[in-house]
Amino acid sequence: MPEKVIDRQAVGKEAAPQGAAPARRRFREKFGRGALPYLLLLPALLAELLIHLVPMVTGIVMAFKQLTQFFIRDWSSAPWSGLDNFKVALEFNAPVGKALLHSFWVTCMFTVLSVGLSWLIGVTASVFTQDAFRGRGLLRAAFMLPYALPVFAAVITWSFMFQRDTGLINHVLHDQLHLTSDKPFWLIGDNSFWALLTVSVWKSWPFAFLTLTAGLQNIPRELYEAAALDGAGVWQQIRRITLPSLRPVNLVLVLVLFLWTFNDFNTPFVLFGKSAPQAADLISIHIYQSSFITWNFGQGSAMSVLLLLFLLLVTAVYLFATNRRRGDAE
Amino acid sequence: MINPPASFRWLRRIVLLVLAVFTLTPVAVMLSSSLKPLQDVQGPWRWMPSHLTFRPYVDIWKTVPLAKYFTNSLIVAGSATGLSVLIALLAGYAVSRYRFRGKKIFTITVLSTQMFPGILFLLPLFLIFVNIGNSTGIALYGSRGGLILTYLTFSLPFSIWMLAGYLDSIPRDLDEAAAVDGCGPIRTLVQIIVPAALPGIIAVAVYAFMTAWGEVLFASVMTNDQTRTLAVGLQGYATQTDVYWNQVMAASLVVSLPVVAGFLLLQRYLVAGLTAGAVK
Repeated sequence: MPEKVIDRQAVGKEAAPQGAAPARRRFREKFGRGALPYLLLLPALLAELLIHLVPMVTGIVMAFKQLTQFFIRDWSSAPWSGLDNFKVALEFNAPVGKALLHSFWVTCMFTVLSVGLSWLIGVTASVFTQDAFRGRGLLRAAFMLPYALPVFAAVITWSFMFQRDTGLINHVLHDQLHLTSDKPFWLIGDNSFWALLTVSVWKSWPFAFLTLTAGLQNIPRELYEAAALDGAGVWQQIRRITLPSLRPVNLVLVLVLFLWTFNDFNTPFVLFGKSAPQAADLISIHIYQSSFITWNFGQGSAMSVLLLLFLLLVTAVYLFATNRRRGDAE
Repeated sequence: MINPPASFRWLRRIVLLVLAVFTLTPVAVMLSSSLKPLQDVQGPWRWMPSHLTFRPYVDIWKTVPLAKYFTNSLIVAGSATGLSVLIALLAGYAVSRYRFRGKKIFTITVLSTQMFPGILFLLPLFLIFVNIGNSTGIALYGSRGGLILTYLTFSLPFSIWMLAGYLDSIPRDLDEAAAVDGCGPIRTLVQIIVPAALPGIIAVAVYAFMTAWGEVLFASVMTNDQTRTLAVGLQGYATQTDVYWNQVMAASLVVSLPVVAGFLLLQRYLVAGLTAGAVK
């Protein structure tokens, strides 16, 4: 039975005025109708069901079907294929499986580097803007711009900057600093990995900055004052007070950044167009291409299911490991 | 920090300066290139326009049907935002004010949909929309309605979480006082809770609008020529044989303005709301 949270809290208050008791009973009668919270949740539930849960179950079913272009109009008539789609995806000696494995490694490397750098820059910037100084508000607003800009507008600007002959990057590296003997290509070939990483870090670190800045505000100033009295220098204050206090924020932040980065589609899609270069073939793009170019949706679904299983596994291990470490510390 | 030495202060200045340059360079590129004549962006990069021109801002509307994309984006993002906020408010109110069976499962399920890869939904949702269209005649694929429905669920989980957290911070004495005055739960929500929760509601609205405005993956698959949004339409300048980079930059700036202006005006609310969950 639903029960108002209010009641429990109101009862806990000793100082509640005498006259409130009958009002409270009437309150409970009015609010306590069992169906109301469920009615309030209904629209949210329906939307989640239609757009997330039903398609997810459908996707899992599709992975077991031979769903090629001939069955798009009536996909339920596609023949069952058992584990064939999974076998093809995991056959690492054959072209399809080999390409998937390659894309998986690229995505892992990309995610580790992008999340690591985004976190590092975020934590540096938030610690350095912790003390008030003139222009801090303006600087913080500037730091948040990449988060506020629409992804497609920002990434298209980066793709202009990375153009071989007309872009800013090569102008600075080659024409002004003379660091390279020839103007390199950034959006095709092996360099595309570094181009993608740069854009991804540029786009992600403001969120880390934002979250960590909020986390820093919960650290009482007295802690730093006490440490300074005891003779702790700035770096010791950061190591002994700031970083340990940020631990709970970091736990959530790193997980969220990991999931966003691993699943990122928008950045490579806008940066490279429909066909990403080998070196920057992120898993989402890879699945999108193998599905919409060959119209083999069964194959694409099997790959998506494998991706989901991997993410579930990583998340579970991460939560388990961090919970246990937190348990040990206490 | 207490008593930072001069070396620390200098390091801080230098690092923050480098970060500001890294962050703002693309914005400067956008602004400067959008004021250049075409030959400036076809040759080697130059920092400043050879002469200032506002032509790109006029031409962007003619090269591609930008006004149509703009209208589509406004309709889609606006409707998705309105619906998402309304639905999240009802759900957030239920989660914050009632104890009921299945509350924990509801919260966990809704939040965990956030972590699933978009590509996993894309293929089945595409097929479901196509098949619903074939069997019932309701055109979801290619329509704005289908996109609105999809986008509202993207922002929904986080919005419910943020709003439930915000409503928790509103004292329950307010509900009680309203009940004493004879308000039902819905009137309490509309007349008492909504005004008190306005900052939280604004934060959620900004977040939902930004999410819908910037989405690329579903927009690229689920729209046709008539319903194309800016996220896909902006690539129209880049796929032609000649890329009008000055126009691309001008268009990027124009389509960024609504969200960036909204974000900067309301960032205080959004930052508080966005981070509340992680910090708690």
